[in-house]
Amino acid sequence: MQNNVDITNFRQDFAIIANWVKFGSKVLDLGCGNGELLNFLRSSLEIKGYGVEKDDANVLACVKNGTNVIQMDLEDGLSGFEDQSFNTVILSQTLQAMHHTEAIVLEMLRVGQEIIVTFPNFGYWRNRIQITMGQMPVSRTLPYQWYDTPNVHLCTISDFDIFCKKHNIDILERRVITDGKEINLMPNLLGNLAMYRLKTK
Amino acid sequence: MSENNSVGIVAPQTAHFSEPLTLKSGEVLPQYDLVYETYGTLNADKSNAVLICHALSGNHHVAGKYSADDKYPGWWDNLIGPDKPLDTNKFFVVGLNNLGGCHGSSGPSNINPATGKQWGSAFPILTVEDWVNSQARLLDHLGIEQLAAVIGGSLGGMQGLQWTIAHPDRVRHALIIASAPNLTAQNMAFNEVARQAIITDPEFHNGDYYEHGVVPRRGLRIARMLGHITYLSDDAMGEKFGRKVKDTIKYSFDVEFEMESYLRYQGDKFAGSFDANTYLRMTRALDYYDPALAYDGDLSKALSKAKSEFLVVSFTSDWRFSPARSREIVKALLDNESTVSYAEVTAAHGHDAFLMPDKHYHAILRSYLSNIQIGSNHAK
Repeated sequence: MQNNVDITNFRQDFAIIANWVKFGSKVLDLGCGNGELLNFLRSSLEIKGYGVEKDDANVLACVKNGTNVIQMDLEDGLSGFEDQSFNTVILSQTLQAMHHTEAIVLEMLRVGQEIIVTFPNFGYWRNRIQITMGQMPVSRTLPYQWYDTPNVHLCTISDFDIFCKKHNIDILERRVITDGKEINLMPNLLGNLAMYRLKTK
Repeated sequence: MSENNSVGIVAPQTAHFSEPLTLKSGEVLPQYDLVYETYGTLNADKSNAVLICHALSGNHHVAGKYSADDKYPGWWDNLIGPDKPLDTNKFFVVGLNNLGGCHGSSGPSNINPATGKQWGSAFPILTVEDWVNSQARLLDHLGIEQLAAVIGGSLGGMQGLQWTIAHPDRVRHALIIASAPNLTAQNMAFNEVARQAIITDPEFHNGDYYEHGVVPRRGLRIARMLGHITYLSDDAMGEKFGRKVKDTIKYSFDVEFEMESYLRYQGDKFAGSFDANTYLRMTRALDYYDPALAYDGDLSKALSKAKSEFLVVSFTSDWRFSPARSREIVKALLDNESTVSYAEVTAAHGHDAFLMPDKHYHAILRSYLSNIQIGSNHAK
């Protein structure tokens, strides 16, 4: 699973997630890449962490740096994980690249007591301008051309709020950041990365 | 680093055990020998030992050669040696021939000390549990209290799993490769056909063929041919042989296709070197292993006492020990919050893939093994 990693946002991203994860808790990171986030949480919060990853090179990187990694395709669901068996399940900047978007969020809510979902906000003003100019947005958060992007389900903050409402998902907290800075005013316009802490109502 | 880095010329050793071994079946093996080989050096605090458990037809000769002009090295030589994924500069590697085998450890073709005749049909049927208990005694003999790792593929992986269940304090890491927590009905069915081929061979004589001076060669050959079909994937067979014709079509039942030539060759080679009674017993050990059975089929409960860390590996084209079966092991380990990683290696070779030097597969093993702590700071 490819992530749209924005280096500027990344540390802030980590810091907010670390704030949402309890010390010593059990964490599942879906699309964990090379295990960077899990390693960060392990060193700062002594979590028991597992990552799920599809890509061979990332799985190898995880084994190398001692991250527990389970190689599987998220599109197949989380059948290997018991109900409510994790304190927190994280899907970091991967939602937009999922085909079974709805299914994975519901699976996360089944497996995790709480879940964290982050995604690039398609409603960000720079994206809107590029669309207005007649082209698909290309930026640091969305670094792909329309023909080579892994992103298939881009959404805005408003879209995701509606999604949560429709699926009876409780938004415990929402944080929006742009270039590492917190955005409180008009987040759907000024925010570039959306971060949600959710649970089943 | 060269792929030719070999452990060099090796020699097997034999350990004799005079303390009786009570088997799962209730039978008792009053005394027995285990033949084994070692590679590398046991370190001062004996924290660098790795046990290799062999599969159906394997033995103690895992790496190296017996003489410089030996045609083939040990069966997992591509994995084990200086600077290889299982690095003998770091680890002390032990390979043994399991009880009931036909390569030096006590088995049906050996002399039964009680009768002075070959055991034959009288040799007991052993289980994975019995093997692991006998392996633990071999470690006692070698002065090894705790393994840095146990590694096994297929039936060998079952032994690795059993180590973590039966001797949780004696193994720090378990590498369970192309294995399963038990056999499916289909998998057992292949074993049954293989056994029937042997048992119905007129030269079988109820397992006491030694005293008739014959071997059930035809049966063993067919059993092995069947095995080889299941160890390869359809694609791998297609790629290796396709419909290639050996010479020209003769409209006969002789070898017409390359695939037939391969199967006959493998069957003949095996029937000339392996003991049929051992083959029967190895397949039965596969059939019987089912650690979850004592826990109402709950594998998570069966593995609840395991303290080891795990690496589970499967291969996408392996249909005899499919990835789904490895995922069952992984799920049980996750249920117990064990430390576990799982790699599903894309490979075309079917079950045989676990013995192949696939680059990614070996990189996974190398990385995992290089992270294993040995020496003064190995304690968990």
